[in-house]
Amino acid sequence: MSQLMIGNQAVALGALDAGVNLISSYPGTPSTEITEFAAKDTTRHIEWAPNEKVAAEVAVGASIGGAKAMCCMKHVGMNVAADPVFTAAYTGVRGALVIVVADDPGMHSSQNEQDSRYYAISSHIPMLEPSDSQECYDYCRLAFKISHEYDTPVFLRLTTRIAHSQSLVERRDADSTDLVPYKKETAKYTMMPAFARPRHDFVIKRMARLGADCNTSGINQMIKGTGKLGIICSGAVFRYAKEAMPEASFLKLGMCHPLPDELIKSFAASVEELIIAEELEPIVENHVRALGIACKGKDIFTLQGEYSTNMIAEALTGKKPEFDTVPALPARPPVLCPGCPHRMVFYTLSRMGLTVMGDIGCYTLGAAAPLSAIDACVCMGASVSMAHGLDRSGAVDPKRTVAVIGDSTFLHSGITGLLNVVYNKGNSTLMILDNSITGMTGHQQNPATGKDVRGDEAPAVDLEQLCRALGVQDVAVVDPFNAKELKECITRAINNPCPSVIIARHPCALIVKAKTTPLKVTDACIGCRRCMGIACPALRFENGKAIVDGSLCVGCGQCASICPKGAIVKQ
Amino acid sequence: MGLNIVIVGVGGQGTLLASRVLGNMGAMLYKDVKVSEVHGMSQRGGSVVTYVRMGDEVSSPIIENGQADIVLAFERLEALRALPYLKKGGKMLLNTQQILPMPVVSGAMEYPCDILDILKQKNVDITAVDALSLAVKAGTPKCVNTVMLGILARSTDLSKDQWLELIKQCVPPKTVEINLAAFEFGYNA
Repeated sequence: MSQLMIGNQAVALGALDAGVNLISSYPGTPSTEITEFAAKDTTRHIEWAPNEKVAAEVAVGASIGGAKAMCCMKHVGMNVAADPVFTAAYTGVRGALVIVVADDPGMHSSQNEQDSRYYAISSHIPMLEPSDSQECYDYCRLAFKISHEYDTPVFLRLTTRIAHSQSLVERRDADSTDLVPYKKETAKYTMMPAFARPRHDFVIKRMARLGADCNTSGINQMIKGTGKLGIICSGAVFRYAKEAMPEASFLKLGMCHPLPDELIKSFAASVEELIIAEELEPIVENHVRALGIACKGKDIFTLQGEYSTNMIAEALTGKKPEFDTVPALPARPPVLCPGCPHRMVFYTLSRMGLTVMGDIGCYTLGAAAPLSAIDACVCMGASVSMAHGLDRSGAVDPKRTVAVIGDSTFLHSGITGLLNVVYNKGNSTLMILDNSITGMTGHQQNPATGKDVRGDEAPAVDLEQLCRALGVQDVAVVDPFNAKELKECITRAINNPCPSVIIARHPCALIVKAKTTPLKVTDACIGCRRCMGIACPALRFENGKAIVDGSLCVGCGQCASICPKGAIVKQ
Repeated sequence: MGLNIVIVGVGGQGTLLASRVLGNMGAMLYKDVKVSEVHGMSQRGGSVVTYVRMGDEVSSPIIENGQADIVLAFERLEALRALPYLKKGGKMLLNTQQILPMPVVSGAMEYPCDILDILKQKNVDITAVDALSLAVKAGTPKCVNTVMLGILARSTDLSKDQWLELIKQCVPPKTVEINLAAFEFGYNA
């Protein structure tokens, strides 16, 4: 019986039914749910690793040992994992290794729109791309099969729309979880120059074999239409294009690397006009042009964002959809939740007028007005190192600069940055916003929370001891709900002429289960709007006075602590 | 033939449950169904949009401007924002509740006060209900989503009994009673 599910759940079931033995991942939208769904099966080893590089290495080790292994990440996580993955392409596998990477065209929840297909090309690793949940399931199983048969890691590429759209899935009989017995093969798995050179040779031959086989393996499908137009596409774009141009012929690519040259040539010869429709980079298009085949691609389609049925129809037929338009409306951007412990940190930093290097997580929202606290945010862990760069270059006064990072992000890739600050005699101040969870991706556990992926007890790293062990002597812990102490703590740390760490510790408002009473505003309110500055969705301003929305307020008291008249009180 | 429903609201309003119910409804009535929503940033009180498509064969998982048979709007401003999705002759079912977005809270912009008038001027087939009050009557403001489903139920090919069964299957067991009450309030609104 078929069941409605998101692509990520289908990938998880595909892996389980392929007999996966181990999954190691780091959460990242839109890939997070794969590992969470898989973890419901307690018979396999499933874990959250501290970052994608570690996750990939764990999976590589397992696959060398003879296990079927998988690791999942978002596209920018692939940058972190790239080091082991490029060389795992040489070692190949004894069991199987599938690397799921989820791109985010349109940047629904990411900082860039990089195209992971380039990783497949440059690492010489085959890549499959499903176009709905059923294919997520089928291709995941196929990826394990290809991995073992061709002795290669295999990429499974998703995009946000595939990862998070639900469609019907039918499961098949599961494969066994039997391990391939381990065998010591030093020359295959020890990548030093003398051993790596013959492996590179193997990689090139393997890709040539895959490139030939994918013309006939059935993974790439030719769909003959009645029109003159032929469209080459894959993933979600196939679904849009099929709806936009039902009469066209299609070459649907299930494998986006290597590309099926013979199929492309015969498809191109069978149509009058050839169109390449692909989100992000012109990868298929450049390949087709290099084969000497004329086509249309990025000359009519954009490099940016998600494609859609209307957009493809308009580009190919000029047909515009009819609909009512609306006037310019106030946007509704995401905001820090009511009771969020990060709020007072950003309010304080903003009031102090400090230069703030931000990081990746919920607390990126501290950049939005009216908090407007963050100056820069680039990638996971970058806050720590960027603040050091600002400090040591003399570009800004270290007494006016702080780096801000979350607990999970610090453990992901902030530790080495902090080590660098100490080693190179920096003077910057790091605030670790420890809300005891990986918040933004939907509350995953991490090595500081004391729980593992299934919520079972696990050792918790001691952040204070960790920072001290790295050589930071000035480590302070503060509850950010205490506005006065927080400000004093920051003032002292930035003026201290050595590296400082402030751990602002208070659990995420969404994991606190305690019953709370909402606050209310009394007649003492003078309408000064100061409380509006903390950007709490539970507070609004009407007829010259502040009002608390009792349905949203969790009674955290952060607004009350900055009210000059003490007008916000418990009900 | 098929049915395209766009659900819009504010992160935290329970649109996720509504999309789960409608997805299951699609699977009961049609051969194919797709539900699409974007997780992540939007959960933090931002605008949330979910597409539910059903029919003999559903190719694209998204509903675009001019394609929705029904817009189910959990909030007034989001209803207006979603108007372009509606096809000619489509229906707008909206909760009259207002939730102020941050640019309005901070005083940078004003909440449009004439949303229902704008919609009426455009000759939209609209059903406006105070679903929040009905949810409170049913027992908790949290079941605005089931009230909205009750309102929607009248525009579908599923019988009321089938709907009640569907709601029972989709909500957490402890909340069945309150959700069925909320559904009734919406259905009879």
